Formats: sequence, C-alpha cells, structure tokens
Amino acid sequence: MKIVKLKKENLFPFLEVISKDADLWAPVKKNSDRHVFKMIDDLTHINLDYTRTILPPRNIILPPEIRMFRATPLEYEPNFSHVAKRILFGVHPCDIHGLLIMDKFYSFMYDDPYYIESRKNTIILGHSCWPDENCLCKSTNTHIVEEGYDLFFTDLKKNYLVWIGSSRGDDLIRMKPDLFEEEIANEDIQSFIRRREEKDKAFQTEINFTAMPDLMELKYNDPLWDELGTACLACGSCSNVCPTCNCYNVEDKPVLGENCSDISRCWDACTLENYSGVAGGENFREKRSERLKLWYTHKLQAYISKYGKPACVGCGRCVVTCPVDINVLTVGKALDGNGIDSFWSRLSKEVTR
Amino acid sequence: MKGKINETTQNNPFLPELARIISTHYLTKDVKFFQVRFSDMEKALSFRYEPGQFAMVSVLGAGEAPFCLSSSPSRPGLLEFCIQKKGTLTNALFRLRENDLVGVRGPYGNGFPMGDMEGKDVLIVMGGLGVAPLRSVLLYCLDNRDLFNRVILLHGARTPSDMIFRDEFMALKERVDLECFLTVDEDDTGTWKENIGVVTTLFPKLKKIDPSQAYGLVCGPPVMYKFVIKEFIQLNIPKNQILMTLERRMKCGVGKCGHCAIDYIYTCLDGPVFTYWDVIHMRELI
Ligand SMILES: Cc1cc2nc3c(=O)[nH]c(=O)nc-3n(C[C@H](O)[C@H](O)[C@H](O)COP(=O)(O)OP(=O)(O)OC[C@H]3O[C@@H](n4cnc5c(N)ncnc54)[C@H](O)[C@@H]3O)c2cc1C
Ligand code: SF4
Ligand code: SF4
Ligand code: FES
Repeated sequence: MKIVKLKKENLFPFLEVISKDADLWAPVKKNSDRHVFKMIDDLTHINLDYTRTILPPRNIILPPEIRMFRATPLEYEPNFSHVAKRILFGVHPCDIHGLLIMDKFYSFMYDDPYYIESRKNTIILGHSCWPDENCLCKSTNTHIVEEGYDLFFTDLKKNYLVWIGSSRGDDLIRMKPDLFEEEIANEDIQSFIRRREEKDKAFQTEINFTAMPDLMELKYNDPLWDELGTACLACGSCSNVCPTCNCYNVEDKPVLGENCSDISRCWDACTLENYSGVAGGENFREKRSERLKLWYTHKLQAYISKYGKPACVGCGRCVVTCPVDINVLTVGKALDGNGIDSFWSRLSKEVTR
Repeated sequence: MKGKINETTQNNPFLPELARIISTHYLTKDVKFFQVRFSDMEKALSFRYEPGQFAMVSVLGAGEAPFCLSSSPSRPGLLEFCIQKKGTLTNALFRLRENDLVGVRGPYGNGFPMGDMEGKDVLIVMGGLGVAPLRSVLLYCLDNRDLFNRVILLHGARTPSDMIFRDEFMALKERVDLECFLTVDEDDTGTWKENIGVVTTLFPKLKKIDPSQAYGLVCGPPVMYKFVIKEFIQLNIPKNQILMTLERRMKCGVGKCGHCAIDYIYTCLDGPVFTYWDVIHMRELI
C-alpha cells in the first residue's frame, strides 16, 4: 500500500480528469439534513459533510429493479443495461465493508454476473467520516477499512492523505500525477494520528457485538420477539436501507403486443408478509416475530452459514429508518439484558390490527 | 450516460436452456409426468446430476419454479419431472404438449449421498409428491443394484387413483431384488389387492434390519415425516442416516435471492436433502 498527499484545492481537478469516460456518483444533500448518492454533472453539488446516505451504495451497483432477460419463445436474451463504468466517490468505511460482504456473497458457489459485472466496472473512492450518535461501526469493527477500495481519502482539513488500494487506483493517480505529492510531512502524520484518536473517542454508542451470536441462540424463544413482532409494521424499510441485505424476487412480465416477456428481479425483504409464502398459500413465517428473527439472525449471528460471521457493518441506517425503533441497537440492547424498551411495550398495546 | 457498456462475458447461472417436451401424461388427476430433453444434444448428453437434486423449470410469461429431477442419472439423455398443479406456472406447464419448449437450468442442491449409501440397506418411504425425488433414488439403486445391500420401498397414497407411478411400482413388485410394499389409506375401487392403511402400517412387514447399516429416506406430505421418522428411530437407524428433503420457496436456486433461508442455511445450496440430525438443529423448524 502506498499513501500520497493531495491538496484540497486539487480534488475537483482530479475528479474532473478521472470521470472523463465514467459516470461519477457522489453524496449530495437532499432536503435539510439527508444525503443520497447521485450521478454528478456539476462537481460543486458534491457534499462530503455527511454521515450516512439514505440508501447504501449497493443500490447503485444493483438497482431496485433490473431486467435480467428478454425472453422470446426461442431465446433468452440476457440484459445488462444496469452495468456502466462508474466512479463512486465519498464511500465511508462501513459501506466499503458492506460491499466486501456483498462481493463474497455474490460469488459464493455461483457467480452472480448481474452483481459482479456491475461491481467490476465500479471504482470505489472511499472517504473518511465522523460518527454520530447512531454509528455502531466501532462495535462491529468496520470503522477502519483495509481493502475493498481503489483510493481512500482521509480528510486532514487542508489536505487529503490518499491510500492507494489497487493497481486500478494507482492508474487513476497516474492520469494526473502532478496533483499529488509523494512526500508526507511529519506534521501531516501527526494530524492523522490526532484525527484517529479523536474519532475513536467520538463514538457515542456501543453494543457488545461479540456476545450477540450466543445471545441470539439463548434468547431465540424469548418473549421479547413477540413484543417486537407486534410493534413491527412489516414495511421492509430496514431491508431496503441495509448495506448487506440482498433478497430479491423474480417477475416474468409478458411484453404487451409482442410474443415475448421480460424477466426482471426486484428487491424483496424478509420482513414483508409474503416473503416465505409457497405455492398453495402456505406461509412458513406467518408471524412478524418469526420474520424479524430471521433478519436478526443474519445481522447479529451469522450471515449464511458459510461466512460464519454477522452481516451488520454498523452503518446505523436501520437505527434512523425504522418507524417503530426496531434496529440492531435496540434489539442488541434488549438481547443484552436491558429488557424490552418501554416504547415497544406501549406500542404493542396501542397498535391494533 | 458516459459509462455505458453493453457486453459482458460472464457465465450466467440464471440463463435457462431450452428443452423440448418428449412426452407428458397424467399420473393422477392433478399430477402430470413430463419427460424433456435439452434441444442442444451436446447439453442433453453432458447434463450430470445426483438423485435428490432439482432443476428450475420455466415457461415463457408464466415464471420459473424448482422441481425435483425424478429420473435417474443412470439413464442419461432424458429428464423426468412429476409436477402437481398448484398455481400460475404449473397451470401453464399443464397446458403444454409434446414438442413444446420449456426452460430448464440446474442441477441444483446437494442431492442424496448415494456414495455413502453404497453397501448399505436403503429403506425408501414415500407418499404423495415425495415420489418425485425418491423415484430417482430408487431407479438409481436398481440400475446399480450391485452397489447396495437391501433395497426396500414403502409407498403410500390416499387411494389407488392417487398413487403416483402406480403401474410402474406395481410392475416393480415382480423384482426379487427389491422389497416393494404398497399401501392406500382407503380403497375406493374395490380392486386393491395390496395393503390398506397408512404407510406406517407397512413397517411391521419388514424383515429385520441392521440399523447401523441402514439408511432411512422419507419424502412426502408434512404429516408423514413425523410418523415415519418415529418408525426409523424405533428401528434404531442413526439420526444422521435418516434423510429427507425440505421444501421452501425458491426464486434462484443458486444462493442469491435469499428466499429459501432457514435460520442461516440456504436450502438451495445446503439442501434440499438434510439428515434428521441437521433438521433437529434448525431452530425455525422446532
Ligand atoms: C426443492 C424443491 C423441489 C420441488 N419439487 C417439486 C416436484 O418435483 N413436483 C412438484 O409438483 N412440485 C415441486 N416443488 C414445489 C413447486 O416448486 C411449486 O409447486 C411451484 O413453485 C408452484 O408454482 P406455481 O406458479 O404453479 O404456484 P403459485 O401458487 O402460483 O406460486 C408461485 C410462487 O409465487 C409465490 N406466491 C404465490 N402467491 C403469492 C403472493 N400472493 N405474493 C407473493 N408470492 C406469491 C408462491 O409462494 C410460489 O413460490 C418443489 C419445490 C422445491 C423447493
Ligand atoms: S443492520 Fe442496521 S446498522 Fe447494521 S448494517 Fe444493516 S442497516 Fe446498518
Ligand atoms: S423492523 Fe422496522 S423498518 Fe423493519 S419492517 Fe419492521 S417496522 Fe419496518
Ligand atoms: S433459492 Fe434463492 S437463495 Fe436459495
């Protein structure tokens, strides 16, 4: 790994050059305090002063609905129109960890070309961040990232220290080498160390992640799940915003007036009512509590057995998104023995359905 | 968009291959037999699978679903399915005739551990649609008869007309190297000469089994599992030699769509065949 320095005023000229024949995506402000990744045509719209975007970057790589095939009676024509040469700038460490998990998932046993092709064509330019009260990445050990990016920019106020994480990243720097400095002054190193120490202290929230797999097992039949189940609205938002959710459904829609049909895949969420329905109307997880247990088994205990590790990267999106406060933080705390939050108890009494 | 690209070179596991229906007929009033062959002859002959594996079958405009391969890999070239009419896709399948095309991709899943079963007694208990995966096992055992010790088949149906592959199994009763027992819950024809009663009433008819050297296989409607497993346990067959298949909703077959998850196991990759020992450790099934 190699680290170089970039003066802040040189950032835009650099982005300008490297995005000549690729789509540049970066965080922009939406409403007063929310951010989203958007395709950038004017660099001044980029807003790096953000904690988390509403949706994670996996959504750019694999959008909510993609057409997989156009099928005629004699042929299935694969469709990869969602793939493009992209540069994703401003990705935070937790989200890079999220992509690393997706990378493993989508190449496990069978390669998923719809993800892999898109991912291969996406350059990841990471960016340092600062935690708010909902960031859990220190607990999940995803606040630091050592792989999964092409370049990583650490903000030191006047300058960036830029980590080169891949040969592709190195090629980007070579497109405009005079913007970068090889020499890193002691002063920069000191300010980097100071930044890291301060960031470490800035975390306000913590859960004991290492205990979660055992607690999930021990409390699998705890009444807390029923209370959660009564409160949950089965809206699926938690899955839509989580960087490590992957479920999808497949639809086969006849094209009007033509003897062919479009086969597409669209996001699904295990918390939704019909997720585990099978033919004939039977449903293996009719109860919301059962579906929540599945979600939290994946996030807190193990992602499919093969990885043997939890899939939460601590981004805090479920924390800010769930309308009834069911999220890794509150569920983690409840599992940890702090009892069920009175809010849920109240809610489970008040909500009638 | 500046970054537009259209070509990809990846191998696409979601891409179905076209297959032609060679023959199809009713097995019972709502179950049909389909014999298909890949249009591409090369593919038809090189397609390898294990008993218990499944394939994703699709009909244009009607969708795709998993179905067990009911044929045996010991008879390559043609693939056989037995399919019950359920909803959108199966209705569309039932409308197809000989020479029509379907999409097929696979094989997927783990299949039965045929290698481990070599030299052992194979006790196959099936009911209803459970014949779909277990017929493959049975044919495989019979086609490779030397590899296995005793081969025993217990097959139950509600009535004689509900018995899937009734004629085929009746004919197998003639074989001296197969212990074949058939039963129906009730005889609505008045001509049934075999056993009457649920499938577990066949167990007392079995000659003594050495349980450590036996595998017990069961597939059928949900109620069957409980009672048949009880019989297996009473015979002292070890829990990891009791095998069954689990059905879940499946949208991809290759571990990507998430629908077949049980706890953190993906049925399409780690299943659909599980041992009883696996199953009693699945929290969601307890
Ligand atoms: C490993 C495996 C092997 C199998 N082998 C066989 C076999 O050999 N023979 C056989 O007959 N069957 C088999 N099945 C079952 C077979 O896959 C189903 O019967 C088949 O999916 C029915 O499809 P359908 O379109 O006809 O049914 P539909 O009822 O139309 O259902 C189609 C799919 O859509 C879902 N769905 C239905 N309604 C809704 C809704 N309102 N909202 C959202 N989703 C909905 C269902 O859950 C189902 O997955 C197997 C299943 C598995 C998992
Ligand atoms: S579970 Fe919540 S905090 Fe963890 S990665 Fe998903 S959205 Fe982020
Ligand atoms: S846990 Fe919250 S976000 Fe998730 S489905 Fe339930 S109500 Fe919606
Ligand atoms: S069927 Fe899609 S993950 Fe198993």
